[in-house]
Amino acid sequence: MSLLKVENLSKVFGGVHAVEDLSFTINQGKIHSIIGPNGAGKTTLFNLITGIYTPTQGRIAFDDKDIVGLAPYQLAALGMSRTFQNLQIFFNMSALENVMVGLHLHLDRRLFPALFRLGGIAAKESQAEEEAADLMRFVGLGQYVGSESSSMPYGALKRLEIARAMAAKSRILLLDEPAAGLNPSETAEIDELIRKISETGVTVVLVEHDMHLVMGISDHILVLDYGKKLAEGTAREVRANPDVIAAYLGSGAIGGGHAA
Amino acid sequence: MLAEFLQFLFSGVTVGAAYALVALGFSIIYNASYVINFAQGEFVMLGGMATVALISAGLPMPIAVFLAVMITVGIGLLLEKLTIEPARDSSVVTMIIITIGASIFLRGLAQVVLDKEFHALPPFTGDEPIIILGASLLPQSIWVLVGMVVLVTIMVFFFGHTKLGKAMLASAHNPLAAQLVGINTKQILMLSFGLSAMLGAMGGVLIAPISATYYEVGIMLGLKGFCASILGGLGNFSGAILGGLIVGIAEAMGAGYISSEYKDAIAFVIILLVLFFMPSGLLGRPGTDRV
Amino acid sequence: MHRLNSPRTGGLMALVAVIAVLPLFFPNNFYFDVAILAGFNAIVCIGLNLLIGYAGQISLGHAGFLGLGAYSSAVLTTHLGWPPFLAMAVGAVATGLLAFLVARPILKLKGHYLAMATLGLGIIISIVMNQEEELTGGPDGMTVPPLTAFGYEIYGEQIWYWVVGVLLVFCVWLALNIIESPVGRSLKAVHGSEVAAEVSGVDTGHYKALVFVISAVFASLAGSLGAHYTGFVTPADVGFFKSIELVTMVVLGGMASTYGAVIGAAILTVLPQLLTQFEEYEHMIFGLILMLVMIFMPKGLVPSLIGKILNRPAAQQEDAAS
Ligand SMILES: Nc1ncnc2c1ncn2[C@@H]1O[C@H](COP(=O)(O)OP(=O)(O)O)[C@@H](O)[C@H]1O
Ligand SMILES: [Mg+2]
Repeated sequence: MSLLKVENLSKVFGGVHAVEDLSFTINQGKIHSIIGPNGAGKTTLFNLITGIYTPTQGRIAFDDKDIVGLAPYQLAALGMSRTFQNLQIFFNMSALENVMVGLHLHLDRRLFPALFRLGGIAAKESQAEEEAADLMRFVGLGQYVGSESSSMPYGALKRLEIARAMAAKSRILLLDEPAAGLNPSETAEIDELIRKISETGVTVVLVEHDMHLVMGISDHILVLDYGKKLAEGTAREVRANPDVIAAYLGSGAIGGGHAA
Repeated sequence: MLAEFLQFLFSGVTVGAAYALVALGFSIIYNASYVINFAQGEFVMLGGMATVALISAGLPMPIAVFLAVMITVGIGLLLEKLTIEPARDSSVVTMIIITIGASIFLRGLAQVVLDKEFHALPPFTGDEPIIILGASLLPQSIWVLVGMVVLVTIMVFFFGHTKLGKAMLASAHNPLAAQLVGINTKQILMLSFGLSAMLGAMGGVLIAPISATYYEVGIMLGLKGFCASILGGLGNFSGAILGGLIVGIAEAMGAGYISSEYKDAIAFVIILLVLFFMPSGLLGRPGTDRV
Repeated sequence: MHRLNSPRTGGLMALVAVIAVLPLFFPNNFYFDVAILAGFNAIVCIGLNLLIGYAGQISLGHAGFLGLGAYSSAVLTTHLGWPPFLAMAVGAVATGLLAFLVARPILKLKGHYLAMATLGLGIIISIVMNQEEELTGGPDGMTVPPLTAFGYEIYGEQIWYWVVGVLLVFCVWLALNIIESPVGRSLKAVHGSEVAAEVSGVDTGHYKALVFVISAVFASLAGSLGAHYTGFVTPADVGFFKSIELVTMVVLGGMASTYGAVIGAAILTVLPQLLTQFEEYEHMIFGLILMLVMIFMPKGLVPSLIGKILNRPAAQQEDAAS
C-alpha cells in the first residue's frame, strides 16, 4: 500500500533545477533508500516532502491526502518525522530535553495548565522524561541520558536526532545521511538501528552514501541524478541498471558490497 | 502647490542624504562583521561637535573639519579594537548591547569633554537661499548633496575598483576565501569601522549648519540611519542610499502634508510596513534558509 | 531528572528569604524605593527573558508595552474615573491584543530585522504618548492616582515593598512553570533550531506569538503598577532607552535564566543610583560598565558564574571517565 506518492515534483532555486519532474511511490512498512551523487537533490526532496520548501511544481500525497502547502508541524501531526544531514540539535537543551521535544505532539501543550501547574503537568513531565530516556537507550545513547547536548560527540548527536524523530511516533521516518561522518563500526550500529526501527512498523526513507549499508538494508532504492530519477527498484535491479553503472562508473562504489 | 512640494522635497533630500551616509556606515560594518553598530549616530555627533569645538578653539574651518573627522575615525578604530574584536563571536544581542554601551559612553564623553549645549556651524558658503520655482534651497543643502554624491562615488570606486575594497567585500561573503588570498580579516574589520566613522563624521559636519548639533543629536540620526539601512536591505550599499533618501523624503512630505508632530514616527511606520511584506528590505535578497 | 525541579524550590525559597531579610538592612525609605523599582523592572525582565533568553527572539521595544500599561492606568483612571484594577486589566488586555496582532508579521523577521521592527514599534508607541498631549500630558507626563481597591489604598514604600515582593515571587513561579512544561521546551526549541522544532510538531509561529504576548502582558502590568506607585509617568520613562535598559538587564543577568533576569534588573536599577555621585561622568561610566561586562561575560552574570563554579567538578568527572 502506498503511503507517500510524489508526482511530477520540481523545485527550482534561481536557475538550478534541484528536483525535476520527479515521480515515485513509497510503500508502507519498508526501508526505502534514495541515493545519488552530492547535489543530486536528495536533501531538497526531503525538504519538499516535510514541508520546509514549497514545490515549484508537482503533487505530494501522504496517505492519499494532498500535503503541498502544509507547514512542517502540520505534517508532523500527520505522522511524518525526519533527521537532518546538517545536524539540527537544540544545543541550548540537555540531550533528554532534545528527545522530549520530539514527544511534543503527545504531550499537554496548553498554556494555562502549564502556567499554574495544573492537570498533573509535573507527573506527565516525569513520564515524558522516562519515555525519552527509554528512547535514548533504544538508539544506544543510554550513557548520555544525563548529558548536555553540547557536550556530546558527533556520532552520538546523529543518534540523538534519530531518537528525537522517533519520539514523535510517526508513520514515516526520513533519515538524511545518518551514517555520514561515522566510522565503520558506528555505521554498522546505525545499520542495526535502522533495521530495529523498521521492525517497529515505521516506514523508513533513507538517504545515504554508504553503499554497503544501502544495498544491504533497502527493500527499494531510488537513484537520483541532477534532480531526476535515474533508476529505481531492488538493490539487485539498481545495481544491474546500465544507466546507474554509467553514472557511477569508475567509482566502484555501487558494485561490491565492501566498498564504502 | 509646486513650490510647497519642492520645498518639502529639498529638505527631504537634504536630511535623506545624511541618513544615507549613516546607513552606508551601518552597511559597511555589517558587511565586514555582521555587527550592527549602534554607535553609528555618535560618529555623526562627534564629527559635528568636534568641529564646533575646534573652531571655537580658534582653528580655521577646513582644518577644524579635517581634525574632527580624523578624531572620529580614531575613535571608530579604537572602538573596534577595544570592544568589537574581543567580543567577535558573541550573540547578536550581546553585540547590540556592547555597541549601545559604546554609544552611551561616547555621548557621556562628548558631554564631559565638550558640553551639553546646542551648537550650529556657520554654513560653508553663506545662507542666502536660492529660489527655485518658488521654493528656497539653502546653499548648505547643495553642499550636503554634493558631499554625499562625492563620498558615495569614492565608496563605489573603493569597493569596486581597488584591491583593498574588493577584499573587504570578499571578506564579508567568504571570510575564509579572503584569508586565503592573504587578507587579514581583523584589519578589514578595523578598516570598516574607520570608514564608517569617516562617513558619519563627514555627514555630521555637512548637516551641522542646517540642523544644530548637540551631544544627543546622534540618537535619532543613528536610529533612522539604521532604519534606512534595513529598509534598503542590510549590507546592500545602493539599498542604504535608497533607504536614506526614501526615509528623508517621506519624513519631509509626511511632516509637511500630514502631521509635523508625527514626523519622527514616519521612518518607523515605513520600516514596519515594508518589513511586513518584504522581510529582507527593498533590495535585500530574500533567499531560502538552507538546512 | 530531579535536576529539572531543583532550581524551583531552592531558588524560590532563596528569593523569598532575600526579599524578607532585605528590609532589615534598609536605613530609610529611599532604599525601599530603589528595591521597589528593581522589583518592577524584574517583573518585566522575567517576561522579556522568556522571549529573548528562552525563545531567542530579540525585542528592542518592550518599553512600549510597559508604556501602554502605564498610560492605560493613568488615562483611564484620571480621565474616565475608572477603578485602578479595572484600568490595569483593560490595559493588559489591550496590550496583549496589540502584541498578538503584530506578533505574526514581526516575529517572521530574524536577527537585526526583528530588532529593527520591535525598536520601531516601541518608538512609535512612545511618540504617540509624546504627541497626544490632551490625553497624556505630552512630554511633561501626567500624574497617576494611587492604587486603591475596595476602599483601601496601597500607600507608602513599606507597603508597596511587600506587595511588589509577593508579586515578584509569583511571577518567578509562573515563569518557572512555563519553562518546565512542554510550552517552555517549545520556546527553547524555537531558539535552538526553528526547523527542527517545526518537524518535531512545534508550531513555531504560534509559540513565538504566545511568548511575545505573555512578555507584553508582564510589561503592561508592571507598567500599570509602577505608574500607580510613582504617581507619575512620562514618555521618557517608557521610551527607547527604557527598552534598551530592559534588554540589558536580561542579558546582563544571563539569558535563559529567570533568576538571572531578576538579578540583572536589581543590578541595573541600583547601579545608576550609585553612579549619580560621579555626576557628569555617570553616563561614561555606565557605558563603560555595559561594554566591559558584555565583553568579558557575554553570556551574562549568572550563567558565567555558574559555569565557573560548576566547571571544576565537571572537568574532574571527564578526567575520571577517560
Ligand atoms: N536553499 C537553497 N538555495 C539554493 N540552492 C539550493 C538550496 N538547497 C539546495 N540547493 C541546490 O540544489 C541542488 C541540490 O542540493 P541538495 O538537495 O542538497 O543535494 P543532495 O542532498 O543530493 O546532495 C544543489 O545544486 C544545491 O546547491
Ligand atoms: Mg544532502
